[in-house]
Amino acid sequence: MKVKQISIFLENKTGRLAQVTRVLGDNGINIRALAIADTTDFGILRLIVNDPDRAYRVLKEAGFTVSATDVIAVEVVDEPGGLAGVLAVLQEANLNIEYLYAFLQKASKAALVVFRVEQLDGAIAALQAKGIRILSGEEVYAL
Amino acid sequence: MYWDRECETMSREQLRALQLERLKLTIERVYRNVSFYRQRFAEMGIKPSSIRSLEDLRRLPFTTKQDLRDNYPFGLFAVPMSDVVRVHASSGTTGKPTVVGYTQNDINTWAELIARSLVCAGATKFDVVQNAYGYGLFTGGLGLHFGAERLGATVVPVSGGNTQRQLMLMQDFGTTILTCTPSYALYMAEEGQKMGLDFKKLPLKAGIFGAEPWSERMRQQLEEKLDLMALDIYGLSEIMGPGVAMECQAKQGMHIFEDHFIPEIINPETGEVLPPGEEGELVITTITKEAFPLIRYRTRDITRIDPEPCSCGRTHVRIRRITGRSDDMLIIRGVNVFPSQVESVLLEFGETEPHYLLVVDRKANLDYLEIWVEVAEHMFSDTVRKLEDLEQRLRERIESVLGISARVKLVEPNTIPRSEGKAKRVVDRRQI
Repeated sequence: MKVKQISIFLENKTGRLAQVTRVLGDNGINIRALAIADTTDFGILRLIVNDPDRAYRVLKEAGFTVSATDVIAVEVVDEPGGLAGVLAVLQEANLNIEYLYAFLQKASKAALVVFRVEQLDGAIAALQAKGIRILSGEEVYAL
Repeated sequence: MYWDRECETMSREQLRALQLERLKLTIERVYRNVSFYRQRFAEMGIKPSSIRSLEDLRRLPFTTKQDLRDNYPFGLFAVPMSDVVRVHASSGTTGKPTVVGYTQNDINTWAELIARSLVCAGATKFDVVQNAYGYGLFTGGLGLHFGAERLGATVVPVSGGNTQRQLMLMQDFGTTILTCTPSYALYMAEEGQKMGLDFKKLPLKAGIFGAEPWSERMRQQLEEKLDLMALDIYGLSEIMGPGVAMECQAKQGMHIFEDHFIPEIINPETGEVLPPGEEGELVITTITKEAFPLIRYRTRDITRIDPEPCSCGRTHVRIRRITGRSDDMLIIRGVNVFPSQVESVLLEFGETEPHYLLVVDRKANLDYLEIWVEVAEHMFSDTVRKLEDLEQRLRERIESVLGISARVKLVEPNTIPRSEGKAKRVVDRRQI
């Protein structure tokens, strides 16, 4: 039920993001979702791609500092209050969210949101208990 | 005007005779009391009796900062600790500082030499000395302080920093002599100007500026802005602290007090002694110190000796402005900084082959240090909080090791230029 996310350390200077996407493009890797967390000096680019192992390798070879992190991809009903419902479940289970971001494209009528929580297994169990769908890695990579 | 006419103006012959006598005593003393020297001398087949002339000094081995580190903290002291009345410390090349010790006689000698230095700048017991060198382990503050008291001047022991208060005291107390780093003096001058302070109306007459390299251009600025005579003082804690050499009002270099120190200039690559007037690394032998005598200590400071007689009448030779270093030490806000100190901190953080760069700049006369650290994979986390936490822990640890604040900037791998596989460790953008 876990999805592998690729994180890249980026200095805040021009052209770095373009360089990452170029490396991925040149290697035929498709970006499914992305988010950037930034400070004054640096940023962390988080990516869900169709082939995380290969993305990790080619970015590392291109000289980037890369890490792989497990996250979950949660289907959220695309209507007002949809995300609130998911968050309420996590809150009830006392699970702390480190960050979240949305997918670029929608899978059918639902929106897809990536969650990074400290206790992944606890979150999966809590969400599934409430009937919330969590996509497997294979499903996400194949989107 | 001299503080100690007899010592400061004695003939070269007398001076050389005095130096030889004191050198012999020092060699005997270190041979007897410091196992490090006894062993070094033995390795080279030297006995105290081998030293018969000043030229024989060249046969003795050098002492380096590494030797001080190997004998940390008190291993090179030549007296029992019961005779050591004070210690000071300066930056070492790694996390550990370089420690020096003083007997009561050493403290007295130091005060004498600072009194001499103050008189070189025209000071008398009627002066008010605002001492803005840092007090503490650093030798600047306490060194100047005891010498100004010895002279009988009125000391204002304000220490460094708090510029508003410095300027207030300067006006209210009628400061006549200012002692601090030249860059801080310039900073004070500019802050004062912003406040509308007219330094021409203040009784300031001289500034004794040291602890960092400066230039004739800065002298001009200081004299113009502060309306005083700006003079250079030289020293290093290993040898004693400030007051090893001091510029007189002729402003043609600093008289090194040869009745206490023997200077040599060497080629830093070969160790060969260079003839008078040639530029090279300054090597100093102390000939009166009791607690921490040093034989041929390599200061790493690049200068030359001017043996020509000086118009002030002092017979002691002059060293010219320090033009550089024969190692990679930086002086930032008067504090000695070695890139290897930063490296030692990164090693503590689990870096096996740290890539880092010290970027030094001077803005509005204040030095700034930024340390770039390449983010290796094992340091990297995908949460901002953890990276910022890493930055902060690095900053705090570096601050505690260096003794000055620094900004830590995490950078991408291969950002820091490498030449022939060896990384460049320092970018110094300061224009002195």
